Amino acid sequence: MRLFALLMAAMLAGTLPLSAQTKTLKIGALFAVTGSASFLGAPEAKTAEMFVEQINAKGGINGVKLQLIVKDSKGSPEAAISFAKQLIEEEKVFAIIGPSTTGETMAIKNLCEGAKVLLISCAAGETIVNPLAKYVFKTPQKDSQAAQWIFNTMKTLGIKKVGVVCSNTGFGMGGKAQLEKLAPENGIEIALCETYDKEATDLTGVLTKIKAANVQAVINWSIEPAQSIVAKNMKQLTFNVPLFQSHGFGNIRYVEAAGAAAEGILFPCGRLLVADALAADHPQKAVLSSYKKDYEAKYKEAASTFGGHAYDAILILSKAIEKGGADKEKAREAIEGLKNLPGTGGVFSFSAEDHNGLALDAFEMLTVKNGKFILYNAKK
Amino acid sequence: MTTEQLLQYLLSGITIGSIYAITAIGYNIIYNATGIINFAQGEFLMIGAMTAISLSAFMPLPLAIVCAIVITALVGALIEIIFIRPMKKPSVLQMIIVTIGLSILLREAALHIWDEKVRALPFFTGSEVSSLSLFGAHVSPQVIWVLAISALMVVLLNLFFKYSLTGKSIRACSADRASAKLCGIPVQRMITLSFMLSAAIGAVGGCILSPITQTQYDCGTSLAIKGFATAVLGGLGNSTAAVTAGLLLGLLETFSIIVLPLAYKDAVSIALLLIILFVRPSGLFGNADTGRLKEF
Repeated sequence: MRLFALLMAAMLAGTLPLSAQTKTLKIGALFAVTGSASFLGAPEAKTAEMFVEQINAKGGINGVKLQLIVKDSKGSPEAAISFAKQLIEEEKVFAIIGPSTTGETMAIKNLCEGAKVLLISCAAGETIVNPLAKYVFKTPQKDSQAAQWIFNTMKTLGIKKVGVVCSNTGFGMGGKAQLEKLAPENGIEIALCETYDKEATDLTGVLTKIKAANVQAVINWSIEPAQSIVAKNMKQLTFNVPLFQSHGFGNIRYVEAAGAAAEGILFPCGRLLVADALAADHPQKAVLSSYKKDYEAKYKEAASTFGGHAYDAILILSKAIEKGGADKEKAREAIEGLKNLPGTGGVFSFSAEDHNGLALDAFEMLTVKNGKFILYNAKK
Repeated sequence: MTTEQLLQYLLSGITIGSIYAITAIGYNIIYNATGIINFAQGEFLMIGAMTAISLSAFMPLPLAIVCAIVITALVGALIEIIFIRPMKKPSVLQMIIVTIGLSILLREAALHIWDEKVRALPFFTGSEVSSLSLFGAHVSPQVIWVLAISALMVVLLNLFFKYSLTGKSIRACSADRASAKLCGIPVQRMITLSFMLSAAIGAVGGCILSPITQTQYDCGTSLAIKGFATAVLGGLGNSTAAVTAGLLLGLLETFSIIVLPLAYKDAVSIALLLIILFVRPSGLFGNADTGRLKEF
């Protein structure tokens, strides 16, 4: 009996003061920590954990602490659905950040909308926010904007005829649709458009077909390691035309995997990778430098734009909680009211119609030189 | 289409085909000794390549590869001793389930030992950008390495199984385990040896393919599926047939790209596999009498 009383006392002592002083909000995080999209999901999960730790160390948001529940979806839409259900129904989360990929996000878009749970996706596909869903937001730049940047650069280079390869994932197919939609109005002819399996290990066959079509450039649109394989295979075929990649290329590990073959690859990307080259008065300079410094100090690896997307998601969520408190509806309205918020992906200005909040100027054209990302200057 | 393009498709098909072939060879050895399909074969490729990549940071590349092969062979032996040997009179179905379980176990272990990131061994000669020119078509020098080493492996394996006493003993274990035992063949040890050999061959394959395909903890699965299809297509148990079937499959997939969109590539190869299995259930080069596919 005495033991029981002691135990009770210990339990009360442990729980009471906490619940009396602070409130904890559960935030679900769905990331492809492993699997073929792990280049995205792993830095996203690490970033989210780091940022939530930092927020809680400062005493939370207006006294509200965050509890992050990370689930590894392995890049699979099926897994994303079952984890999302678990997070919503069992954990009763306040909001979900992620998933990492467009396919997964689209799989749970209606689920979150129906359950009125805030979803801040870290995937790039335009379809996530167009058509608009009331509770669904996203932090990465849209793929239509990336396609526009690629075409703009092509115009300055005088490129008129291109070949496109993309992976058979939501991201790849979304990019393909945007490229095909925007090409005519930009005066670019897509001679060939092919999709490959996301686990493809050799693409010389399809590149031979594209080479035979006499194109002036190749665009690859994927997030998988195949991004490096395309670059290597092109060099091995002595197929020496410019290679454009999507904003999915923004992880230095892809460059490392492609080695010398990565030199000269062009891709539109947020400013995180070139943060050091930004002017001191650039609105994003402070947030980019501090995120990059913290991440690299904590995890001893280079920061990537993908981790940045998770950073932005939590940043936006924390601003929403700051304004709207622990009320989902108020928090949702608070996000729509956010204006000129510098994040890692760009300066966000949301509205009731725009749940991405980024404009074309969120991108820069980058290229690879000596194994590093640098700003590409088209005028040269 | 110009001759150069045709040749280019041919080389591309050979590249893909050699990837399939080298995975398929590994299946045959354990099959020859035990009559089972080891579904963890793809993981041997992954472990071999990952170990070599880690070791190559400390030692020259050839030494790192040799060490990785030895380590993978030891992993193969351990697996056999710990998981396969204790099963008394296992049925084929039990063995298959155990090897599928092992493949998941090895994959998760690799995820914890290394991480989720993609790695690659350096190209054996030249680099990512080097290219050999053959009559106007181009190919990575690594493909030549893959072809040469696979050819060498097939020749050595054939010699080993046909002419050495150990090789013959392994085959005897498969043909009739009880009689082999009565003849004084240490059956247990032969099975362990076949796992080691199979793991070692997987490791060789993983290492020579790594510069082309890149390696991560879960790359074994997708390689294993195509490798298994290739082994069945050629006729289980026959390494020469595996190489022929691999090249055939690779060429067919690549030439299908000329007329069909790339997305149909796998449909073409699976359709071929199904047709051949309907017409010749023992595989292209398999012997109908000894083709023991019926056991599945």
